[in-house]
Amino acid sequence: MRSAGAGAKAESEMRRQMIAVLAHAPSSRLARLWSDAGFAVVAEPVRGPETGLVTVRGRIGGGGAAFNVGEATVTRATVRLASGEVGHSYALGRDADKARIAATIDALWQKPELRARLEDLILGPLRLEHAGQAGRRAAEVAATKVDFFTMVRGED
Amino acid sequence: MYVAVKGGEAAIENAHSLLADRRRGDRSVPALRLDQIVEQLALGVDRIMAEGSLYDRELAGLALKQSRGDMTEAIFLVRAYRTTLPRFGYTRPLDTAALAIERRVSATYKDLPGGQLLGPTFDYTHRLLDPALAGDELAKAPAQRQVDPAPMPRVSDLLDDEGLIEADGAVPAGKPVADITREPLEFPLERDARLQALARGDEGFLLALAYSTQRGYARTHPFVGEIRIGEAELGLDVPELDFPVPLGTIRVTECQMVNQFKGSSKVPPQFTRGYGLVFGQSERKAMAMALCDRALRAAEFGEDIVAPAQDEEFVISHSDNVQATGFVEHLKLPHYVDFQAELDLVRRMRAEFEAGLGEDERREAAE
Repeated sequence: MRSAGAGAKAESEMRRQMIAVLAHAPSSRLARLWSDAGFAVVAEPVRGPETGLVTVRGRIGGGGAAFNVGEATVTRATVRLASGEVGHSYALGRDADKARIAATIDALWQKPELRARLEDLILGPLRLEHAGQAGRRAAEVAATKVDFFTMVRGED
Repeated sequence: MYVAVKGGEAAIENAHSLLADRRRGDRSVPALRLDQIVEQLALGVDRIMAEGSLYDRELAGLALKQSRGDMTEAIFLVRAYRTTLPRFGYTRPLDTAALAIERRVSATYKDLPGGQLLGPTFDYTHRLLDPALAGDELAKAPAQRQVDPAPMPRVSDLLDDEGLIEADGAVPAGKPVADITREPLEFPLERDARLQALARGDEGFLLALAYSTQRGYARTHPFVGEIRIGEAELGLDVPELDFPVPLGTIRVTECQMVNQFKGSSKVPPQFTRGYGLVFGQSERKAMAMALCDRALRAAEFGEDIVAPAQDEEFVISHSDNVQATGFVEHLKLPHYVDFQAELDLVRRMRAEFEAGLGEDERREAAE
């Protein structure tokens, strides 16, 4: 029982990370990988794609009480496969195609037998590209780090 | 008396097509593309997102193009667009300690964990116009260096160890988070509502007020504890999933202002704080916001309220540039009937005044 609960939790976390990869993906790149992967799938739209707002929250002082900073556009979609799996997607921006593709991938990912193929053809490359870009940006910022040194002046 | 005046449709229509023509300008010059605006006028785009209170680079770029570069008009366009969209919910509060850092500096500690990262800053440039930028000079690729994996705690958490700085801000327990876009402003405000208003407030207005506090109008002895700019992950709780769904990242600027405070009968001497958090890369705005936040906490610390920057109703009621421009600019719309009424009144007063003068003269002559 306990291990089943832990298993469900790990599964949720894997799914969360997969959705994060899709949310970070540039729209045109996701569309290209998706069409190249050639999944023959009919996903029936259940909701959307639709664009709306989320109110972004911060915390007073960085870690205190929550406050509203402003809104951001988000597009979401829900699809259902003929086999019954329901996939969801949410991502910043107003890209309906990205939302539809991401929701379909989420639905397919719920078939364990497809995960390896999704990882190889779509999620893996996106993960690598995102990490590469984040690493490059971080290295560029690291080069602007100040190395202080002290100048000793006078006799003693 | 209300008099409906018709006419002007043709003039308005032609004015709008003239606007479209002037906006496009010389047809031999290529039209601006939105990706050019978003990539190369990024800080202007950021300001429109912050004050338009809508994080969407492409829409902000479109607004800037449509407004011919008029920031206030662009902000107005973005605010109007916001009202057409449904709201999906409120995100989890973003964690600024976990930002993917683009810049991070502190004016209070030289050697702080994680170090000082200047990032893409205008600081230390000589502010000389660069003729090379008039052309299409290729920028050389930026230098890279091994990333220090050490965590980068917020400076406010470092000072907190000694108990010499106040904690992150709280609001009364159990109170829902204020949302000034849903409920009308009612003064006095809690700090959460004030920060929401300041986050979308006009940069110029807040900058001037912040400057006034430095010049002695509500002096708060500020230091920049820390400024950080970076990408924050957003998560949203939704009913269909049992985890906060990741939405992607947005760029924000955070400013922790640290202010000396000599203490009061209730509170021992310590450092107090002002906080700024703004969409995009805008440290001027984040700093001004933090200075205004601290000045507006005067009552909380038992400080005398003597300056405009401390007057909550004054600051918050006038910080929104869409409201401000609406009320100022409405003056140019037809006021023919109002003015006619005023004109009649002034004529009558003038006649009475002159009749009175005549009487005085007669009285003087008689004496």
